[in-house]
Amino acid sequence: MVATQTGERWNAAFVSDMSTPTSIVVHGVTHRFGKSTVLEDVSFSIEDGESICMIGPNGGGKSTLLRILLGLLEPSEGRVEVLGQSPREACRSIGYVPQSIRFDPLFPISALEIVLMGRLDRVRWGRYSRTCRTVAREALATMGLSDCEHRPFAQLSGGQRQRVLIARALAAEPRILLLDEPTANIDLSVEEQFLDSLQELRRRMTILLVTHDLDVVEEMGDSVLCVNRRLHRHSLPLSPETVTEIFRGGRRLEHDRRTRHRQGDHSNCVHE
Amino acid sequence: MTEFFDALRQVPLLRYALFAGIFSSLAFGVVGSFVVTRRIGYIAAAIAHSILGGIGIAIFLSRTFEIPWITPMGGAFVAAVVSALIIGLVSLRAKEREDTIIGAIWAFGMAVGLIFIHFSPGPGVAMESFIFGNILLTSANDVITTALLSGVVLVVTAFSYHKLVAVCFDEEFARLRGIRSELYYLLLLVLLAVSIVLLVRLTGIILSIALIVLPAATGARLSMRLWVIMILATLLCLSYTVTGLAASFVLEMPTGPVIVVIAAAVYALVLGWQKLRPQS
Repeated sequence: MVATQTGERWNAAFVSDMSTPTSIVVHGVTHRFGKSTVLEDVSFSIEDGESICMIGPNGGGKSTLLRILLGLLEPSEGRVEVLGQSPREACRSIGYVPQSIRFDPLFPISALEIVLMGRLDRVRWGRYSRTCRTVAREALATMGLSDCEHRPFAQLSGGQRQRVLIARALAAEPRILLLDEPTANIDLSVEEQFLDSLQELRRRMTILLVTHDLDVVEEMGDSVLCVNRRLHRHSLPLSPETVTEIFRGGRRLEHDRRTRHRQGDHSNCVHE
Repeated sequence: MTEFFDALRQVPLLRYALFAGIFSSLAFGVVGSFVVTRRIGYIAAAIAHSILGGIGIAIFLSRTFEIPWITPMGGAFVAAVVSALIIGLVSLRAKEREDTIIGAIWAFGMAVGLIFIHFSPGPGVAMESFIFGNILLTSANDVITTALLSGVVLVVTAFSYHKLVAVCFDEEFARLRGIRSELYYLLLLVLLAVSIVLLVRLTGIILSIALIVLPAATGARLSMRLWVIMILATLLCLSYTVTGLAASFVLEMPTGPVIVVIAAAVYALVLGWQKLRPQS
């Protein structure tokens, strides 16, 4: 699915700058919304080239932490550095992939127009340059979506939409890729292909992936950050006891989905 | 219909009305497409109704203090832009209060306008022309003003198109790319405010929302590309304006409502055709 011959752009971007070996440094971050503490004394670092998964229960602070890393939110306390800069200064070096489900599916926009948004800061006199269009097309090709260039977003499948959003992030030529539950709205039948695409990108850039799917964690992660107000880092694989501890409080979890799906078991595995 | 074309040649007011309608349609089609896709029709309606406040204050000031350069349309322009900015800022900073502010501006604007008109000295004010529109009151200066304002709307939209689209589709991502998405959202509302002021002459305050929304909504049923929707909306607006002006002249009916009825009928036809045609 991934056209490796067009990946040279992002491969080159990854290799060229080794002067900042640590991509992300978070030190003593605490964040409160009113009187409610969502994150407490969170500290971790992510090295260049690592692929890290972030898991945790709903309301545990994953989205808040993600927004802090993107510079969309200032932490109440603590320090964050992304590529040696503040998150706001570094945000253009980050490729952010939100969930496709939060967009208006009827918005009249094509796949190429969405991907071009990754080059929005390069618009001059109201126009995208030829280079921007070339990069956008290469990003689409990397995600195997060259045929969908002019197709409306509304006519794409869930998996295709998610890949368009990844292509958009790639068009920005990022050093770091942040993905927020990229497999949440994808059928299992396409999830494997989708993860193959991510595996290819994993060789080229630093990845931080938020997910509820432990299958994805085991396939994608070098290690896992578990966020539930506080943060704990675990190496893989996670033991059942660790998973129980992380998701204490009752939550419907999906793990071993793909193995059970292949074996004909389509039920959800409830992890309380 | 030949009497309409004869009248066009002989009656300057009718020509002014036609040209004003044509020029303003260019702005409606473009801005209306953003309104429909961004789903801010309710904001457009609130801005339109608040215009009466500016009109009333302008009439009161010009008559009470004998200031000839304060015109009702000038007052409408100021009120529309101020309302747009207030709604925009509340929408950006306190989203949960957006509905309340929209309702307040809607009602307060109309109430203020009626009060100031009530206390304005001099002869009675022809409220109907503002509320329901009267394009036949268009002067040559109005045509020039309409052309200039429409031109400004089109030029600004052309230079800001990609950023406006990004802000409408994914405001957060636009911000991450270094775009001041709040400013572009406010810009969109100001462009909307200007377009609505252009509409007051044509359809009046009450019916202006119809011509902002209906042509673009019809275009959106026919295309999934925003720039195509804009072209369709502009062409539809032009045709409604010209057809409505001609029909109202021949049938001796008020122009604004005729235009809106045509727009609504075409939308209903397109909707019906799409529902009834076999699904591929």
